[in-house]
Amino acid sequence: METKHLLGLDSTSLNDITTIIDTGFLFRDILERPIKRVPTLTGKNIVNLFFENSTRTKISFELAEKRLSADITNFSSSTSSVKKGESLKDTIQNIHSMKMDCVVIRHPIPGSSKQLTNYVDSVVINAGDGTHEHPTQALLDMMSIKEKFGKIAGIKVGIVGDILHSRVALSNIYGLVKLGAEVKVCGPSHLIQRNIEDLGVSVTYDVDELIEWADVLNVLRIQNERMGLGIIPSIREYREFFGITQSRLENHKKEIVIMHPGPMNRGVEIDSQVADGDQAIILNQVLNGVAVRMSVLYLLLGDINLEV
Amino acid sequence: MKKNILIDSAQIENILIRMSHEIIEKNINLDELCIIGIHSRGDILSYRIADLINNKKLCKIKSGHIDVTFYRDDFMSNLGSHEIGPSNINFDINNLNVIIIDDVLFTGRTIRAAMDEIFSYGRPKSIQLGVLVDRGHRQLPIKANYVGKNIPTSSNQNILVHVKEVDGQDEVILV
Repeated sequence: METKHLLGLDSTSLNDITTIIDTGFLFRDILERPIKRVPTLTGKNIVNLFFENSTRTKISFELAEKRLSADITNFSSSTSSVKKGESLKDTIQNIHSMKMDCVVIRHPIPGSSKQLTNYVDSVVINAGDGTHEHPTQALLDMMSIKEKFGKIAGIKVGIVGDILHSRVALSNIYGLVKLGAEVKVCGPSHLIQRNIEDLGVSVTYDVDELIEWADVLNVLRIQNERMGLGIIPSIREYREFFGITQSRLENHKKEIVIMHPGPMNRGVEIDSQVADGDQAIILNQVLNGVAVRMSVLYLLLGDINLEV
Repeated sequence: MKKNILIDSAQIENILIRMSHEIIEKNINLDELCIIGIHSRGDILSYRIADLINNKKLCKIKSGHIDVTFYRDDFMSNLGSHEIGPSNINFDINNLNVIIIDDVLFTGRTIRAAMDEIFSYGRPKSIQLGVLVDRGHRQLPIKANYVGKNIPTSSNQNILVHVKEVDGQDEVILV
């Protein structure tokens, strides 16, 4: 690996991204075995620092670490001294003096994982930093696309939702563009960054145009916590204009793969029928999530040079 | 680097035929037998041995291959870059007599890792080991049941097994 940490896909090379995804498929194999555990990271200490709520990512990282036989420590801010006013830096330095090999961090402030690398010499893995990046989610999305289509280059990926606040969207854009996929984003105009075309993507405000164009749709969650802020007038209005509904898909007589990073708001950005339909690979994404995180941990903590 | 051919392709063929006959002799019930090769090279040799047994006894024995990288104790200091391949055992390994096939038996650590990996698939009835070359220098108490050729070496030498599927030619060389 060229990189020591996984902070975001913007700062990760094409080679590293390809290696992580290809190695991910080997770990997928291991997850199909009767005993889903390998001794590879025996004796390595990993701490999961979660300063923000998470179900999928946290469980997925924990499982990945356990299946590589690492020793893990969990930390969540709601039950820690952060509540007593301890700063991020102090928390980290204390944890660091306990000799951790790797820190997995989720934090609401963009750039927090990068900041962390100044304080510790452990391997740092970003599990989501505010509205910045969520690299492992994008890696598992890309792995799922590769599993479905056999390749990533040339695949047309549509991302629909609140692009502006989505770390999933940003990491996906960086990764997919590097791997040669075509990316088009779609959402309410005030929820898409100006000049986002500079990242190598195209923009549409018409979800039907997006469906007609895309091979894959990555449907982002509409973050309910932002509803009160007046960003989206109403859930019903959003569904009317941007929701991936069964009737909307039926109007386009074509096959399209549906992805969603979870958690889903059924009936808002995605219909239950669509989410549970044959074209959805959402649960596959979850399985690939464990595999790709095993791959990241193995490659970063193993400090090995692979020619995959 | 001087290239010194220790075993040529005709000899390799003869050795594999002899090993397959030894396996048939020691394993009366071929239905309970499976052959698992270790990536890379060992898997190719194992499929050749399986084919030889199949042709001789007109049967179809179970065969598969594994990559033991994730099970190694020395993967961090291991011989540098190594291309990891997938493992493929698409049958139930419980209560089978397993024969592990590898190209070169050296420290024994690969075989230890292979046994660990096989146990993650189930509980075999027994495990036997076949290697094309035994070059000595064991660091673990492991011994092969079927040996193609014993070649004593010094620890600064290296033995490479080439197979035509990967390297274009069958040969065992000393470098």
